[in-house]
Amino acid sequence: MLATKVVMEQGVHVEGINFFTGFCVEGHTHAIRQKDKAKPKRNNSLWVAEQLGIKLHIIDVIEEYKDVLINPKHGYGANMNPCLDCKIFMVNKAKQWIEQNDFDFIITGEVIGQRPMSQRKETMPVVARESGADERLLRPLCAKNLPATLPEREGWINRNNLYDFSGRSRKPQMALAEKYGFVDYAQPAGGCCFLTDESYSKKLVDLWQTRGNKEYTLDDVMLLKVGRHIRPKTNFKMVVAREEGESRFLQGYKKEFISMNCSSHSGPLVLLDGTLSDNDLYLAGQITARYGQGRDAKQVDINIREKNGTEQILQVKPLAADEIPQDWFV
Amino acid sequence: MKRQVLDARRLLCPLPVIRTQDKVKQLLVGEQLEVICTDPGVMQDIPAWCRINGHQVLETTTNDDSEYIIILQVGE
Repeated sequence: MLATKVVMEQGVHVEGINFFTGFCVEGHTHAIRQKDKAKPKRNNSLWVAEQLGIKLHIIDVIEEYKDVLINPKHGYGANMNPCLDCKIFMVNKAKQWIEQNDFDFIITGEVIGQRPMSQRKETMPVVARESGADERLLRPLCAKNLPATLPEREGWINRNNLYDFSGRSRKPQMALAEKYGFVDYAQPAGGCCFLTDESYSKKLVDLWQTRGNKEYTLDDVMLLKVGRHIRPKTNFKMVVAREEGESRFLQGYKKEFISMNCSSHSGPLVLLDGTLSDNDLYLAGQITARYGQGRDAKQVDINIREKNGTEQILQVKPLAADEIPQDWFV
Repeated sequence: MKRQVLDARRLLCPLPVIRTQDKVKQLLVGEQLEVICTDPGVMQDIPAWCRINGHQVLETTTNDDSEYIIILQVGE
């Protein structure tokens, strides 16, 4: 938002690009969880574009992004976040876009030293070089700490009116935001990608390990964002809705997974991923019962629904809390 | 005027916006598009996308199946 405003102040026409990888935090979780419905929901990129008065192009890169995540040349960050490869990929996509749409250069809001992996002084040139954007990549907020780029040398942009921010502090950015009259802006310290989340990353690794390969679909990555994930045995995993909104969302997957819910008491919808024996189904029923209102009953009815819609009732004794080992939770 | 229909049900934002954006690129100025969605977030996101890209939202409704329907007209 700030980088765009700095360049717009110099009379340059700017349009925004937002890439959707499937791992973006905003939107999905708000749409799913009941408790989040009270929060005002907005797509931050659309909101920022509207505040700035610029067009925004949202680009679906779900398929192409798989290679970035599965084979990151520069490795992962603290979790499954391939931040440097991700940045290179996105700047490369932006470069392709400007070539196709007759734009002259790319701007990003990067600041040297702001992030530990993709925004270090050593990695800034790597992003420019490996993306192919080279001298057409301008970082207005820290440009004075970097060699002059093509837009600066050609006089399209006045370097004197760019900035020299560096380091992890956001104070200079906040001061600039105040100067521009921005009182509301997106969360300043990242947190916009599920791959930086430890819990989500563990679920993704579990998915890959049990499948024996790193392939995934959009539905896979969506389901990792929802519910408790419990793996009682290596051959199956349960996705247990935590509240009504998640149960509703999981309803949409009843044709892709065997599902179960407690029919004698209220309780969550549960999806079963894997191949289950009769004993496994009984165990899954006991765990499902644990998360319903019948958790203290001697016996509850569990409705099991096959993918083709056929149903059967299984009577189970709910597991006690201490009968579910902690290491079953993914 | 012929109105095109886009089925964006079961998609969560921003995918309905992306599908709308891609469909609008195929339409002419003045043509109308009806987008049917199940993610309530579209009621904010698609009008916001229309405002910043110069299209006009003609109508937003919710039906008995909890579907959200947005009718827009393609701008310049």
